[in-house]
Amino acid sequence: MIELDDIQHYLLTRPNATIAQYNFMTFKSAEGGRKFIAALLHTIGTAKSVMEASETDMRWVTLAFTFNGLRQLGLDEDSLSTFPEPFRQGMAARAAMLGDTGDNHPDHWEDKMTSPDLHAAVILFARDQNERERCLKEHQQYLDQNPDVSVISTLLLEAIPPFDYIHEHFGYRDRITTPVIEGMGIEATPGSHPASKPGEFFLGYPDETGHTPPLPLPEILTKNGSFLAYRKMQEHVGRFRDYLKANGNTIEEQELVAAKLMGRWRTTGAPLVLSPDKDDKELGWDEKRNNNFDFGKMDPQGYGCPMGAHIRRMNVRDTKVSQIMNRRLIIRRGGTYGPYLPEDVPDDGANRGIAVFGGCADIARQFEFLISVWSNDLEFAELNERDPFTGLQDGTLDFKIPKRPIKRKLKGLPAFTNVKGGAYFFLPSIKGLQYLTTLK
Amino acid sequence: MKEHEWMVPKAVAIPKTSDALELGRYGPIWPKTPACYGFTVIANVIPGRAEVIRNYGNTITEALKADPTILAPLKLHYLRWVLFDNDTRFMYQGIFDTDFDKYTEDAISLFSASGIVTAFENLEGFPLDWRTNATAFIKFVRDHQCNSFLEYGEYPYVSADEIKKALRLKAAFAEMLDQMQ
Repeated sequence: MIELDDIQHYLLTRPNATIAQYNFMTFKSAEGGRKFIAALLHTIGTAKSVMEASETDMRWVTLAFTFNGLRQLGLDEDSLSTFPEPFRQGMAARAAMLGDTGDNHPDHWEDKMTSPDLHAAVILFARDQNERERCLKEHQQYLDQNPDVSVISTLLLEAIPPFDYIHEHFGYRDRITTPVIEGMGIEATPGSHPASKPGEFFLGYPDETGHTPPLPLPEILTKNGSFLAYRKMQEHVGRFRDYLKANGNTIEEQELVAAKLMGRWRTTGAPLVLSPDKDDKELGWDEKRNNNFDFGKMDPQGYGCPMGAHIRRMNVRDTKVSQIMNRRLIIRRGGTYGPYLPEDVPDDGANRGIAVFGGCADIARQFEFLISVWSNDLEFAELNERDPFTGLQDGTLDFKIPKRPIKRKLKGLPAFTNVKGGAYFFLPSIKGLQYLTTLK
Repeated sequence: MKEHEWMVPKAVAIPKTSDALELGRYGPIWPKTPACYGFTVIANVIPGRAEVIRNYGNTITEALKADPTILAPLKLHYLRWVLFDNDTRFMYQGIFDTDFDKYTEDAISLFSASGIVTAFENLEGFPLDWRTNATAFIKFVRDHQCNSFLEYGEYPYVSADEIKKALRLKAAFAEMLDQMQ
């Protein structure tokens, strides 16, 4: 049985927040870091406490550490060596493999993400602006009492208008497909992945193979923990809108191009496999139907959803390219940062995008596979394409839209996004956090 | 693929060192050659187990009869299984269209489902906890991999999917010509 009273709530529940702030921290001394964790412990919600809390109770904090952070807190080298290699190396060191080259190279990353002094991430949620101010003030008080801990960068995340649906800056509806975990009492919607074994996301449990992988040491620190892959992606909204206009004469044609790139209609999320020619709001918002499709049988040639569309690359469903899709899932948490760019307003050049933590039990098998292979592999489905949103683009690749009698090619796909930061974190359980405070 | 590159037979000599190679999630990636991607694993057979390995020939044949798509994610052209040196050594050679690093975990899962890995349990040094220890499995494969120093392709870089597509087209043309009679 999954230990909800020990696991941090972050990957299991979604607080009813419209604002979040990421504080990236450095510990100048081990003792200062340990004191900071001890002081913050009572604010860190377990999955159980957050699920039982009222909808307006938003005081919960999440705390996760980089490899350098665990070392700085005093974890011994023998234990550190048992953590998986991607976590030990850090995301920036694995940039070439991930496809983070050119404009996505770590040299261009922001928020001091590549600094060896990045030790921890504190994630604060708030229901509204006032609550955010209160949380930040409280967090600042902890910091004032502890000069050995400081914030090296922050990122504010805030929902953007229109507020009637959750979406990113390009306007695509988000959070339609999310993994469900066995034993949580939530049923997967029709066509979604069946509930995953807890070990796909939390250490110390059987995963989809039926076996429990060995834990990094000590077990008191790692049992009930998870790994988080952080990714900050700038979205070039003006460039995206210009591209739609250049490839569609009417609003309807532009919406179809936007839908083809994603595999779902933009504002409703209605899947192209089920509604290939026009948007269908009712379908998009019907949880019983909006995931109830496959590719292999219902759209084998990609006449509805192109082979290279984002949802067809990142969730291959019944396609034979993989038979272990159930071992590639991540739980995404995050949101949009930067100012909203209203429609018909030229791009002001402001930094805006999404900043997401992907939770998993195995960084290489889950997160890195999704980025290095399904986002960036030119050979995926023999397309000579990369993912239009999460793949590296520089204007040299096309995007093919299967169509009778002959396919349409969207020429020279520009970079709609650029990677602007990333790091690997370990998210310990409550017992794990308590253990860290006892290190000598 | 460059236009009609497949028309010109090609060979590539492969350097011994892996120092300059691109790194994948689990280590260096040997580049695609005119004979596509591939690897050759050579290991010693646990004394007395050669016949057990040989019998897996039938197990895997039957598994494929039951589900001919079972190995599809590996993007294979060919698998060759060889027992040699008087049944004391075993060679497993695969030729495929994707570098092994990309679909390593799929391979482990498929090998398991199709009985391939169970055959490997009869090799010296194979980790018996491979089901839960992907890292140990990958290490065994990498430690026992013998890289080619020369690879040749009569139709360089052509993928199995492209070959199948061409044969389907040929069949479709033949059918069309029949219908025109």
